[in-house]
Amino acid sequence: MTTRIDKRFADLKHEGRAALVTFTMAGDPDYDTSLAIAKALPKAGADVIELGMPFTDPMADGPAIQAAGVRALKGGQDMKKTLSLVREFRKGDDATPIVLMGYYNPVYIYGVEKFLTSAKTAGVDGLIVVDLPPEEDEELCVPALRAGLNFIRLATPTTDDERLPAVLNNTSGFVYYVSITGITGAAAPDTGKVVGAVERIKRHTQLPVAVGFGVKSASHAQAIAEGSDGVVVGSALVDALRTTLDSNGKATGTTVKAVTDLVASLAAGVRAARKMTAE
Amino acid sequence: MRVTVQQPNSFRTGPDERGHFGIYGGRFVAETLMPLILALEKAYGEAKADPQFQKEMDAYLATYVGRPSPLYFAERLTAHCGGAKIYFKREELNHTGAHKVNNVLGQIMLAKRMGKTRIIAETGAGMHGVATATLCAKFGLPCIVYMGAIDVERQKPNVLRMKILGAEVRAVESGSRTLKDAMNEALRDWVTNVADTFYCIGTVAGPHPYPAMVRDFQCVIGRETRDQMQATEGRLPDSLIACIGGGSNAMGLFHPFLDERAIEIYGVEAAGHGLKSGKHAASVAGGKPGVLHGNRTYLLMNGDGQIDEAHSISAGLDYPGIGPEHAWLKDMGRVTFLSATDDEAVAAFQLCSKLEGIIPALEPAHALAKVLELAPQKPRGHLMVVNLSGRGDKDLDSVARYLERRS
Repeated sequence: MTTRIDKRFADLKHEGRAALVTFTMAGDPDYDTSLAIAKALPKAGADVIELGMPFTDPMADGPAIQAAGVRALKGGQDMKKTLSLVREFRKGDDATPIVLMGYYNPVYIYGVEKFLTSAKTAGVDGLIVVDLPPEEDEELCVPALRAGLNFIRLATPTTDDERLPAVLNNTSGFVYYVSITGITGAAAPDTGKVVGAVERIKRHTQLPVAVGFGVKSASHAQAIAEGSDGVVVGSALVDALRTTLDSNGKATGTTVKAVTDLVASLAAGVRAARKMTAE
Repeated sequence: MRVTVQQPNSFRTGPDERGHFGIYGGRFVAETLMPLILALEKAYGEAKADPQFQKEMDAYLATYVGRPSPLYFAERLTAHCGGAKIYFKREELNHTGAHKVNNVLGQIMLAKRMGKTRIIAETGAGMHGVATATLCAKFGLPCIVYMGAIDVERQKPNVLRMKILGAEVRAVESGSRTLKDAMNEALRDWVTNVADTFYCIGTVAGPHPYPAMVRDFQCVIGRETRDQMQATEGRLPDSLIACIGGGSNAMGLFHPFLDERAIEIYGVEAAGHGLKSGKHAASVAGGKPGVLHGNRTYLLMNGDGQIDEAHSISAGLDYPGIGPEHAWLKDMGRVTFLSATDDEAVAAFQLCSKLEGIIPALEPAHALAKVLELAPQKPRGHLMVVNLSGRGDKDLDSVARYLERRS
């Protein structure tokens, strides 16, 4: 099975650069705006698109992404609309990988098999479900792999060498290294430590390793890109979106552009990175 | 169609090695926390098998908590109901005024044993927060308690108590600003401070091993009740009844009796403004199985899997879920679930105060409300035990405001 994710990372490896992985929340602050943002992301420089599936109780997320989820739910976003957003996106772009990211309960309530079929048909390539560790693989991970979707796992600073094989087993697409112990958007990671951690993970797997949590600026993205296969930016984008909303929380004329401008700047940072390790 | 449930040989063997009670329970947490939860499971297993740990805990339970708590014959309430003989298990007489301390003592001793130096907790009514602040003071550990901003407002005396005990109370402004959001925030703290922090969960919920561990620490309630009833009446009780939010006081009373199948067991959820109002906290009566806070269990939610806000006059029951073992016992038909509205709970709160000279917390007042319905239907020889899980001092403001609104 080769997904758009596998192909994209292979192509970028050939190009000799890291991927820019962007996270935005589906339905934030409304369906149409978030679809417009998604459609504009590849042109702005996003290589892989992560779309958040909003949830009332995002236990691993910091204030920025929590607020994005609240805005999306308030705007009427639900699982059906998130899947239809992907379907709409795919009409104009068959190459950019899309990863749905969120928590298990909305997927579980939608129905695992029904969700996987709808997601695959809509053009989803991978899933990141924060509250499904390898210990719960039978819930969604194994069925997702069977359905031809990548199941992307988070590895963290607490995932030691003893545990890494369990985390990497059944992981596909790429490995998402959470660079800090903490919630999304928290303190910026120490680049030196991140590079060491990526090297440690790479000793256990052939998969690309993307790094996220706390990446905010172009220079920061560049530094991370030099020691990894991908840089994930989420909270900073969601925050850029927030600052453009009017007093009622509605999108304005600058909302889409605020996000794409920041993506363009981050993409320039990622593209400026020299690969430290020749592979 | 009636579904026949395959009954297990024993109701007391769960959970399995992966933390499941039937389909419920499990370990639905972020990867960052997974190594911590595995370490906790291992450490708890070792402590449980260590006679010295048990011996130390028993000593503190006797001299610090004040156990055993009495089993009290509520004579005037019994006469009022005109049926079953009603006994109160007096958990409100424990140090800190509720059953919560039984569990916290065990967890803080375990935290010490694991070399953890910082304690975090979530709290709803504040009783678990107070118990945690108390034991952190006793053992000299810094303590941070997450509490929904709404609960901080309606449980002021407990906030003050925690502060006097040296704990830091952090008001949680996210989400519905009640217990579930306090738990989210505590999990966010834990995921950030993994090296030194022990998360002291207040109920029989959360990722494995918490539901089993908290249950084990609370089972002292049921074990004492067995002995005390044997000593007083020469036999075991005929029925048990307790309120259920997460369900730790109920599980502590029920678990040692689960395999005596003739004993009727009732759990009482908070029906708030009524089950049909949509404003309640009855996750079994009004919810369905889902995944939140580390476990699969009955949850209040909408059709999209978004968690609904719970509503109850009692902050301690104001949670949209229930412990996973309760969910399983419900499906097995071993525990009968009932619910009591705010109105019924306040009426029972007043009646118990006037008839017995005991001001109960609003949480066990929900159980008392159903005692008032069940006891009259039982023969005079029927022995009914209600878990009086907490004292009502903290609720005087809430009740006064409620009565003002009603008048």
